[in-house]
Amino acid sequence: MSAVQADARADGREAGAPARPRVAVFKLSSCDGCQLQLLDAEEALLELAGAVDIVLFREARGRSEPGPYDLAIVEGSISTPRQLEEIKEIRASARFLIAVGACALSGGIQALRNAVEYGDTVARVYPTPAYVRALATSTPVSDHVRVDLELPGCPVDRGQLLGALAALLGGHLPRRSTAPVCAECKRRGYVCVVVARGEPCLGPVTNTGCGAICPGMGRGCYGCFGPSQPPNVAALVRRFEELGDAPERARDRFRLITSSAPAFRDGLAASAGEPGRTEVTP
Amino acid sequence: MTHTVARTPNRVVEIPSIARVEGEGALHLKLSGSRILDLRLEIYEPPRFFESFLVGRRYDEVPDIVPRICGICPVAYQMSAVHGIERLFETDVPAGTRELRRLLYCGEWIESHMLHVHLLAAPDYLGCESAITMAATEREALERGLAIKRLGNDLMAAIGGREIHPVSPRVGGFSKAPATRELRSFLPRLEEALSRTEEVAAWVAGFDPPAFARPAELVGLWHPDEYPMNEGAVRSTQGREFPAERFEDVVEELHVPHSNALHARFRDGGTFGGGSYVVGPLARVNLNADTLTPVARALATRLGLTVPQADPFWSTAARVVETALAVEEAIRLIRDYEQPAPPAADVRPRAGRATWVTEAPRGILYHRYDLDDEGIVREARIVPPTSQNLRHMEDDLRAFLPSALDRDDDELGRLAEMIVRTYDPCISCATHFLTLEVQRT
Repeated sequence: MSAVQADARADGREAGAPARPRVAVFKLSSCDGCQLQLLDAEEALLELAGAVDIVLFREARGRSEPGPYDLAIVEGSISTPRQLEEIKEIRASARFLIAVGACALSGGIQALRNAVEYGDTVARVYPTPAYVRALATSTPVSDHVRVDLELPGCPVDRGQLLGALAALLGGHLPRRSTAPVCAECKRRGYVCVVVARGEPCLGPVTNTGCGAICPGMGRGCYGCFGPSQPPNVAALVRRFEELGDAPERARDRFRLITSSAPAFRDGLAASAGEPGRTEVTP
Repeated sequence: MTHTVARTPNRVVEIPSIARVEGEGALHLKLSGSRILDLRLEIYEPPRFFESFLVGRRYDEVPDIVPRICGICPVAYQMSAVHGIERLFETDVPAGTRELRRLLYCGEWIESHMLHVHLLAAPDYLGCESAITMAATEREALERGLAIKRLGNDLMAAIGGREIHPVSPRVGGFSKAPATRELRSFLPRLEEALSRTEEVAAWVAGFDPPAFARPAELVGLWHPDEYPMNEGAVRSTQGREFPAERFEDVVEELHVPHSNALHARFRDGGTFGGGSYVVGPLARVNLNADTLTPVARALATRLGLTVPQADPFWSTAARVVETALAVEEAIRLIRDYEQPAPPAADVRPRAGRATWVTEAPRGILYHRYDLDDEGIVREARIVPPTSQNLRHMEDDLRAFLPSALDRDDDELGRLAEMIVRTYDPCISCATHFLTLEVQRT
């Protein structure tokens, strides 16, 4: 996949003109936190606005221009019938599609409903479930369309997002680490919360990229950057039980921000029924 | 747009996607001559069912779950939750915790208010389509506002580990409290920001908002000794007063077909009928003018904001006043800061009902958790500020738009969006809001 540079032919601009890439920011089911990272970039946002044409960004501007777009940034999961169509339209209009954040990558915290009876879920919140137009599941963008780049996090890390945009504008794909948070703690010299305090921490199985914020703030990681590769979920469940977690409690730690990420979901399924006696493979 | 529409007897105006608000909503307007046949704020922001999946989770997971309702005001969600649960558990938090939580909230008010004033509201008053196009003519003002906003974000990150979805707040206190010298390093920037809020006020005083006076019941926390953030009784400008634990006796939530956000209203119909009421910065200024800090008070005078004032277009001025207040409070809190040690108290769960109300940047946020004796959530109820304002927004539009029906559809839509934006609606919160569709038939 080549870089995100303006395709003069795609939108009929004159060849040879100093075309700027057309960028669109979309939000599906989510909290706005990931696109807020762009607004929070402040000075860098003004700089970015000078380097590209942000032609669609509903939270920031009134006018939206139709595609095609050189780059689409998508926050949020697919959780309504309308979004099933919307994501296909976004994909068709975009040369390069970046999915950002835990919702877009794994269905997000709202994917907790995937594992339970949907009708009960709706009725707990809404007095008249018939008014509610939503799907029974919350699913990642990549379940529905091809995604060119995924940036994890809840929220996505601002530095990673801006770094990825800068790389793409410069004509190359950004590097993405799949090392666990543990590696980041070691680099920063943080005291291990599991070893030193006996506190459960998802750091061994969670993607780095946040800067090991939670151990830095004196608590265990809760997995908001999703699974690292390859995560040994079963071994960690067993460790949490040794640290005093009841079996369901140990598993609930994986069922939070990125509960539907396959590595967490399938890892839990593999360790189910045999708490504390799971085969550990090196 | 300057063209006028043909005065056909009936027309339909639609704003399919309201811009510069947090989340997704649409406005449908059906007119017959000068009569509004139908007006609906359709909230199509997808529901995410937080109150459902909180059930079965343990109390200590709640401060990690509820901020995900809203990336703009995560601290508000954490604060309503931890205070309510601590009251139920009768937890004595370490000395200094109360002040550190207020400081964290100051950061969120600064960040959220400066975002709204500069990036969402200002383009309306300066005839720009967005802050991005506004940057060409108002670069200095924009950079000033964003610098103050950055300070709010940085304060949140220093205390919470990051500004969006902070990680340190917990039931019992914080997982880690910042060192005194780390917070002290903010003082020079805060002093500078305080002087720059006066420039922001001078800039905002130059805006020329429409006037829109209609009687309204404004609701917020009130506290005898301080401008309320985390603590206080719920009061209204019409003399109503009740504690958080009576919230659901006083307020009911309605499910209307066109909205994934529930509409809150007073069960007794409210003072002016229909049960609608307003929460947010203007309500707070009205109820707590006595505890405004000195610079905030001076800026209110500079801006011409006097109470009582129920005109929603004064909300922008109220946000500037509250930004100065949050900066002044942050300076005071940091000067007097004593690092809580240990950072958190031990917590003993007990069964019962936890309720609390705090002041999110957009207004009061009610939480209720029914917990069992292990601290597992058995039922949860969250009423965000935007749900409380939705009904009032619709009433405002019904009252305001008849005076503007001689405008063309674009202009009518623009005015409608402006009214909606004065509430700084957070649709992500409310669905746990706007696109204009005007039908003139």
